[in-house]
Amino acid sequence: MVLLVGLLLTGGLYAAFSPAQADSATAADEELIQEGRELFLVGCAFCHGQNGEGVLTQGGSQYGPALTDVGAAAVDFQVGTGRMPMAQPGSQAPRKEVVYSDAEIEALAAFVDSLGTGPAIPDEELYSTEGMDEDELEELVVRGGQIFLANCTACHNFEGSGGAMPRGGYAPKIRGVDSKHIYEAMLTGPQSMDTFSDGNIPPEDKKAVIAYLNTLDEQPGYGGFSFGSLGPVSEGITAWLIGLGVPVAFAIWIAAHTTRSSKKKDEAQA
Amino acid sequence: MTVSDMSKVAATNGTEPATPAKSSKAAGVVANWADERLGLGSAMKKNLRKVFPDHWSFMLGEVALWSFVVLLLSGVFLTLWFDPSMAEVQYNGSYSPLRGVHMSAAFASTLDISFDVRGGLLMRQMHHWAAMIFIASMMIHLLRVYLTGAFRKPREVNWLIGCLLLLLGTIEGFTGYSLPDDLLSGTGVRAADGFMKATPVVGTYMSFFLFGGEFPGDSIIPRFYVMHILLIPGLLLALIAAHMLLLVYHKHTQWPGPGRTQENVVGYPMLPVYMAKAGGFFFIVFGVTALMGGLFSINNVWKLGPYDPSKVTAGSQPDWYMGWPDGLLRIIPAWETHLWGHTVSWNVMLPILIAPPMFLVILMLLPFIESWVTGDKREHHLLQRPRNAPTRTAVMVALMTFYGLAWAAGGNDIIAIKLHLSINQITYFMRAAVFIGPVIAFFIARRWCISLQRHDEEKLLHGYESGVLVRSPQGGYAEKHLPLPEAKAYTLTARDRDPEVEEVDESLTGGKGRRARLRNRLQKLYFADNVQKPTADELHDAQHHAEHELHELEGQIAAGPNRHGPADH
Amino acid sequence: MTDVHDHDTAAVPAVPDPIADPGLPEHQWRPTDVDDKAEKRAERQVASFFGLSALFTVLFLVSYFALDVEDDWTIVAGFGASTMALGTCLGLALMFIGIGVIHWSRKLMADHEIVEMRHPARSSDEDREASLAALSTGGAESGIGRRPLIRNSMLGAVGLLGLPAVVMLRDLGPLPGDALEHTIWGQGGKTVDGTTVPLMRVARDAIGTPILASDLEIGDLVNAQPEVLFNPERYLVDPEDVEGINLQVHKSKASLILLRMDPADIKPGRTADGGSRENWSVNGIVAYSKICTHVGCPISLNERTTHHLLCPCHQSTFDLADSGKVVFGPAGRPLPQLPLAVDDEGYLVAQSDFDEPVGPSFWERDYYDRF
Repeated sequence: MVLLVGLLLTGGLYAAFSPAQADSATAADEELIQEGRELFLVGCAFCHGQNGEGVLTQGGSQYGPALTDVGAAAVDFQVGTGRMPMAQPGSQAPRKEVVYSDAEIEALAAFVDSLGTGPAIPDEELYSTEGMDEDELEELVVRGGQIFLANCTACHNFEGSGGAMPRGGYAPKIRGVDSKHIYEAMLTGPQSMDTFSDGNIPPEDKKAVIAYLNTLDEQPGYGGFSFGSLGPVSEGITAWLIGLGVPVAFAIWIAAHTTRSSKKKDEAQA
Repeated sequence: MTVSDMSKVAATNGTEPATPAKSSKAAGVVANWADERLGLGSAMKKNLRKVFPDHWSFMLGEVALWSFVVLLLSGVFLTLWFDPSMAEVQYNGSYSPLRGVHMSAAFASTLDISFDVRGGLLMRQMHHWAAMIFIASMMIHLLRVYLTGAFRKPREVNWLIGCLLLLLGTIEGFTGYSLPDDLLSGTGVRAADGFMKATPVVGTYMSFFLFGGEFPGDSIIPRFYVMHILLIPGLLLALIAAHMLLLVYHKHTQWPGPGRTQENVVGYPMLPVYMAKAGGFFFIVFGVTALMGGLFSINNVWKLGPYDPSKVTAGSQPDWYMGWPDGLLRIIPAWETHLWGHTVSWNVMLPILIAPPMFLVILMLLPFIESWVTGDKREHHLLQRPRNAPTRTAVMVALMTFYGLAWAAGGNDIIAIKLHLSINQITYFMRAAVFIGPVIAFFIARRWCISLQRHDEEKLLHGYESGVLVRSPQGGYAEKHLPLPEAKAYTLTARDRDPEVEEVDESLTGGKGRRARLRNRLQKLYFADNVQKPTADELHDAQHHAEHELHELEGQIAAGPNRHGPADH
Repeated sequence: MTDVHDHDTAAVPAVPDPIADPGLPEHQWRPTDVDDKAEKRAERQVASFFGLSALFTVLFLVSYFALDVEDDWTIVAGFGASTMALGTCLGLALMFIGIGVIHWSRKLMADHEIVEMRHPARSSDEDREASLAALSTGGAESGIGRRPLIRNSMLGAVGLLGLPAVVMLRDLGPLPGDALEHTIWGQGGKTVDGTTVPLMRVARDAIGTPILASDLEIGDLVNAQPEVLFNPERYLVDPEDVEGINLQVHKSKASLILLRMDPADIKPGRTADGGSRENWSVNGIVAYSKICTHVGCPISLNERTTHHLLCPCHQSTFDLADSGKVVFGPAGRPLPQLPLAVDDEGYLVAQSDFDEPVGPSFWERDYYDRF
């Protein structure tokens, strides 16, 4: 397993630095790529073409886009979050149950990576905050929060709970997502998302964003339950249903007639 | 006026007639001192046993009143720590993900209230929830007053005061939620700046004056603060006092029923029953806001961060009561006129500067329009059921439909993600729906009311459906109808007949004539198809007929082979 | 049957009511009135409610002192224990008082309905006459009707006093001048004290570093700011001018969206003088104002595949490949575009300021067609 990751990384770095020589990889890589090719031909080629060149519909639009330069990171993200294979073609790929095993995903990534250029699967130290001392981490989180608010909240909401995009599209919820997948999403710009390449947001700042998202995940509900973290809309609904509903229920109780007795007072006392 | 029989209340209160207890000497001295200076005796004599009728819907306004008291209490608490300043500080408080960030003192003190003051976050959340309940209950109270006809003479002035309270409450809410200077409320203030700038000719000047310079300036938070804690609450208090005084002067309306007439008011005395119920209700409303403040988080400003004009979040919505103009702002087409070096932004003016004020004016005019159309200038103290004024009810349903659709449009992005729809399509749909929806709702509501009226008449004339099925010897089934109890039947008939539509004086010409003819047409439409209550003769005939039928049926059953007739039940 | 005609009042047919008012129903006793046991029970219930309230008040006090806030919150089940415990205890303490009092009134207080007569809101004719008489006497004694000179001069003087009330508001803020026409991007290339300021570099928002044209890949979107906000000295700007409120003012106009797309996708529009915007982009990198032209929300919800930029406030959508054209929503104007270039060191810079005011429309604003 460790060996595989190591190999894969080597392959990825190779691909990133010398894409033209990607085909002269080691024998182990070659094996992995071959395995990936077989999986690809069965599961992906229908939409993306046998060599990942993409498939055009008769109308001229993309059925499945070309994968020649998306890199291993894109495959790891798309397949690792269950977005690929898609249930049906479309611009929005919803997150689903993951279909392939980790080893299969690695093989697929290696194959796609061998098709051209593109970012490799990020090394764990790029996004992991393990081993950082507390002050350092706090500083990173603060910085990450500011970068998050400047670049991410517009689509993904300040709590990372997602938002609407034009023509039925949406930016998905990004809370509770693996750090690696967040990193890959920034790097590759899945579906309609913009890319935040290392030239755009440097790796250290990507790590900061991930550290901030993790603190959001760990953060307690200081003020109690939140309703879907959707802001004023869910708050307004709560105000009407509970804030007004409960007092009205009490008002009905207050004004309701109490039970009556058929007895007369004198009879009872007699 | 009947003197209540106090001899027969619960034994703990004494079985003897309740005579005033011998008050202690000290209390007597104090009471005497106060009365000789303030004349309390006469004022209290009139009001301590003032009668209030009992009905759950009469307590909706009370929810508003009590949530306002909660707002005052929790608001005072918040002012002890809140610093309404836009001076830049570097945050160094307890919330670590923002430590070191530059922000306004207003936002920093909001964080301090939330994290460093025990119960501070609870009070912030209670204040926010109470504000939402305050406006929601005012609106629902308004609907109750309108739909039951309680706004009619002599209460039109109180209707106007109520509308102003709603307006002021909304502005109070907006200035209030803008104070923390967080990313979401700052975006709202940014939009408000856009609204102001859209005003023709003077807009830019208004914006610069309000913000004390170019947006965002350093004055808007302190200025909103003064409006929020002094100016508007003062006006609200004064208007609430006037609203209550008029309520006491007019005495509360009541539902018609046996013994409840236009000339009297039947209910429980202020002391002790109403005081206990209203006072108890205050604790209930207070308690509900405290529970909500403790259990449901609202406006987590620490996650939003301080306002920064370059940042924004998906799901940028105002609080719900500002939602409907925001909805109109979302669905208005891109109308802007560029002429001779000037810009007129219809896309902002129509939904924000024109539609909401117009809506308020329509609301305020409703009592006067109705009385002009119907010609009804009498005093009314008995309430009407919504079905007995079909056109009025339908007008409000149409307005509510408009409001509701515009409101939904204000959440179009949330609707889009939650229902997997396209915001573009929702927007196109809403553009048409805000015009067509109210019209459809008007006709449905009106016909619905009339069919309910018919149902009432049916019950009066033919009795209610007893649920008892009888089979005739021929094999036919029929449901046995029984006459309504007298009190119920009386209550159904205790309403006015609609007036006959007056003929237009044909000799009138010009503007006067046109007005008279318009009024005549509206009057005809207003009353059209309404069901009038039956006359005594009609009722008598119908009852006679029903009895006869029942008698016949029972006779047949008695004579037939199946003797298990209705008489056995 | 005769119709009652008041000159003011619509004709309501005076048909007698079909059913006569049966009058108030007879009062019925409650179990608590006639049954000692029920009464005692109710009494105990009310007292228990008050007892529960007191209990929760004590719990409130305990929670207040026992549960921590500040930087070491007591957390229970993922929630801030202080807020929840205080709110729940306070809420229940209050509600049990309310429930107790209401229960008391419903079960034990006298429940005879009483009748009070109404009086018309209008005052009696005598009172009206007396008031009118008092008014006219007062008017006559003051002589206000007979002395128009006094009346008119007084009205004029009092009316004039409205002016100070309005005029004194003048110092609420400065006059707009042409502040809305410029942004701090224009600082680049200016001459200050004989020195030419370098062209303004584009810097990453929140991070603050300038951007090399070669940094960006196709599909990259950068939320950007003028570099002066992070490095004022380089542009000969007093650091105080880009701090606090000044910083906010600059950001509210200068915020930028930078997008690199396939150069073939770009449809360059026209400039104010009719020229082409061909050289406003660098290698497919375009820059637009981030401030929406509708009411000024910052927009950066971009769809990479379509280059459509959506505003999260009111859903105006702009096409960044087509001079910021409005393709959907309420915005009435395209987004202003910032002409880009590259400086000697390869950094992206603004050729000049925006050539039109950014942000929401205002009356004095001019417009030119760029399509």
